[in-house]
Amino acid sequence: MEALMEILENLHPEIDFNTCDTLIDDNLIDSFDIVTIISEINEEYDVVIPAEEIVPENFNSAKALYALIQKLEDE
Amino acid sequence: MLFTDYSFIGFLAVVFILYYTLPKKCQWPFLLVASYVFYFIASPSYLIFIAATTVSTYLVSLKLDKLETIQKEWIREHKGQISREEKKEYKAGIKAKKWKWLLVCLFFNLGILAVLKYTNFTIANINGLLQAFHSDRQLSFLNLVLPMGISFYTFQTMGYIIDVYRGTSTAEKNPFKLALFVSFFPQLVQGPISRFNDLAKSLFEVHYFDPKVVSYGLYRILWGYFKKVVVADRILTAVNAIIQNPDTYQGGFVFVGMMFYAFELYADFTGGIDITIGIAQTMGITVTENFRRPYFSKNIKEYWNRWHITMGTWFTDYIFYPISVCKPMLKFSKFSRNTFGEKIGKRVPVYLSSFVVWFTTGIWHGASWNFIVWGLMNFVVIMISEELEPLYRKFHARFDVKGKAWYGVFEIVRTILLMSAIRMFDCYRDVPLTFKMYGNMFTHFDIRALNAEAFLGLGLSGADYLLLFICLLVILSVSILQERRGSVRDMIFASGAAWKYVVFGVLMLIVIVFGAYGIGYDQSQFIYNQF
Amino acid sequence: MKNKIAKRAAALAVFIIVMLIALYLLQKLMMPKYMSDIPEGAMVEEYYQETTDHEVLFVGDCEVYENFSPITLYEDYGITSYIRGSAQQLTWQSYYLLEDALRYETPKVVVFNVLAMKYNEPQSEAYNRMSIDGMKMSSSKIGAIQASMTEEEHMLDYIFPILRYHSRWSDLSAEDVKYMFHKDKVSHNGYYMRVDVRPVDGFPEPEKLSDYTLGDKAMEYLDKMRELCEENGIELVLVKSPSLYPYWYDEWDEQITDYAQEYGLDYFNYEKLAPEIGIDYNTDTYDAGLHLNLSGAEKLSRYFGEYLTENYDLTDYRDDPEYAEVYAEKIRFYDEMREAQYKELEEYGEIISF
Repeated sequence: MEALMEILENLHPEIDFNTCDTLIDDNLIDSFDIVTIISEINEEYDVVIPAEEIVPENFNSAKALYALIQKLEDE
Repeated sequence: MLFTDYSFIGFLAVVFILYYTLPKKCQWPFLLVASYVFYFIASPSYLIFIAATTVSTYLVSLKLDKLETIQKEWIREHKGQISREEKKEYKAGIKAKKWKWLLVCLFFNLGILAVLKYTNFTIANINGLLQAFHSDRQLSFLNLVLPMGISFYTFQTMGYIIDVYRGTSTAEKNPFKLALFVSFFPQLVQGPISRFNDLAKSLFEVHYFDPKVVSYGLYRILWGYFKKVVVADRILTAVNAIIQNPDTYQGGFVFVGMMFYAFELYADFTGGIDITIGIAQTMGITVTENFRRPYFSKNIKEYWNRWHITMGTWFTDYIFYPISVCKPMLKFSKFSRNTFGEKIGKRVPVYLSSFVVWFTTGIWHGASWNFIVWGLMNFVVIMISEELEPLYRKFHARFDVKGKAWYGVFEIVRTILLMSAIRMFDCYRDVPLTFKMYGNMFTHFDIRALNAEAFLGLGLSGADYLLLFICLLVILSVSILQERRGSVRDMIFASGAAWKYVVFGVLMLIVIVFGAYGIGYDQSQFIYNQF
Repeated sequence: MKNKIAKRAAALAVFIIVMLIALYLLQKLMMPKYMSDIPEGAMVEEYYQETTDHEVLFVGDCEVYENFSPITLYEDYGITSYIRGSAQQLTWQSYYLLEDALRYETPKVVVFNVLAMKYNEPQSEAYNRMSIDGMKMSSSKIGAIQASMTEEEHMLDYIFPILRYHSRWSDLSAEDVKYMFHKDKVSHNGYYMRVDVRPVDGFPEPEKLSDYTLGDKAMEYLDKMRELCEENGIELVLVKSPSLYPYWYDEWDEQITDYAQEYGLDYFNYEKLAPEIGIDYNTDTYDAGLHLNLSGAEKLSRYFGEYLTENYDLTDYRDDPEYAEVYAEKIRFYDEMREAQYKELEEYGEIISF
């Protein structure tokens, strides 16, 4: 979780990722950010987030994103 | 049959009445019949193409669904007997099979689109190359039809099959329901590109006549006609006068043409979509919004989140993401970061996928270099603004202008100007001419040329300009209201029973009287001959 | 619940009625009035104001409404007549205007000017409008529209003229308000008066045509006109006015002559008879031979009136007090307009307001 928070905060220092759960809905992060995040997660956790998992529910908050990573790691 | 033909309005009235009077279980089947009748009237020969796309997609979606079921059964049967690795391997095998079927479907359907839409463009380019190499050989063009709405329904259908492949959408078992999803007539002409999950529920549901829903729909239709017939079709005369006569209209008029076209395209496209969504709404069907007041955008990225939304998300979901997060690209990303350094290396892959997206977006709009260059110009602007991001941050850190109203207006105007300038590529005859006119706009600028007489020479009268100006104010006011306080229709319906009739009636009279339709506008003047 | 639905239905009904009234008023406002400009456009409608019947009905294009004067026919012979003519009125339009007139009266003689036989297709939207817009709604009007529409025209534009004329919103003038519901008279029983003179000074040589056969659609409607007259016991007379242009070819003349002979109709080519009638192309035309002026029209009418009285059992209405009263008013209007035109001619050297 910490590594993920670091990735996110590096990208958007102005957003509080601990509390925010409308990252997509409020257009706080865009498609470029998402791709960057995915490629960094790929390096950090060695999981590939497939395109079909790029939906608002998975990217609206850091928590949801972490849950996704865990799910993918499990498979 | 265009939205502005009398016959279309007649067709609508018949469809509407039958939709609510036929037995409820016939509702969606009737819409399918109506959609095919609509398509048949446009041209009987088109039917084969839309039917081919529907059938092929249906069959592949069933196949994908079957593979999914087989996988589930297998997992259930072997539960507890197999290792994780075995399961993973089996799944990968199924996925590979699914992938093959998906490719078959994509190739077949995008193939139809490609052959019909791009063959002659390719031939023209080959001929150009042949000429460049001083060859006397030239290929002859093919006589191809381009079925109405093919770009829209093909994309909509391909989106569906990819969703089924991904498992985010279930396969529709009823082929006729799928056929209706592909051919739903209000959105055949110019979109929006709907997603199956968004449209399906309300499309196949039973709808009872609800006066409020119907009147909201009628309001939306009327507002669409206002924008299209009163504004867009009127200003089109002046736009065409300017862009078709680049030798006559130079300097300042290039700019005038650019802004007029921005206004025309906005009114035409959003008006058309209003009509589409309104028609669906009168039948209780919810079609995804395609615009969210795009001219209030403060930067180009925001603009593309608010203009032609369903197309933008289509390209993002089905092209941008898959390319960006596929394994080779992630590898390339690693390589790029190691080679170019963390900061730049991170962005290279994103730009690469973005390039592909904007190239395809351009060519999707039309088979010509104009559209390709237009698409790539968008890409260039987005890339530049992305690269300038640190500079912006510094600027905003030093100067506190961000929340200021005047700065917001500046950003909006900047975005409109930028987007309008890029759009000049779909105005002028070819790419070199467009570049020439960019220069011409500045080198031949002469404020004295922009006089009343010259404006009246564009085919609009003083009264027309006044009317257009008032319409601009009306559209602007409505947009501001929507932006700040939400639905304008809600406000009208909340403000006393009489108002909803009065506003509707007045708007209708305005469309009938001030609409630029009919023979009086086709023929410039009534012939005043003495006989 | 029931109450609510009833309320809603009532509101909707009121809305629809108000909209229809508003659209009707706007339509009245937007339609061209043809009062100060091109009065030809107002003539078809004027027919419905007639209070007395007519024994002779003229149908045709400008070669009837500028060349025959019903007032002269009345003054000199007591013949009551009316001209249902309009600019470039095509054969089928003449047919349907005749059919329309028969809904109100049955004349004894119908006179058709054959120049329009040269056209076999709809010609121009503007002339279609001037011939058809003035007609009251009837199956004849629908027939006239169907037969006349050019390719870019639409039936709905005729049934609801606001769809055609809404583009006039920026050209509206005080005249459009003034004549919304009532129009001034512009013609004398369908005759369009002009007193000025412009002598003939030659026309371009007529072009050679590849085919001189009169068109099948024109012939079809001539047949229909003849049959309609037969059914109603009306005598049909064919004439070619003594206008020199557009050119009336001898080959066409022969075909009409043969047609008249075949069906036992009278056909007169007054172009050939001009000297006998006494028409002087130096003084009797106002536009160098395209149309006759008042002097020419009166000469032709006297000549034609003599033929009518000799050959048909027409009543001399000068002795009928009802008609005499109506026609006294018509004659007064006729004389006044003539005087006014002469006065204008003297003052400005040309006719401006007629």
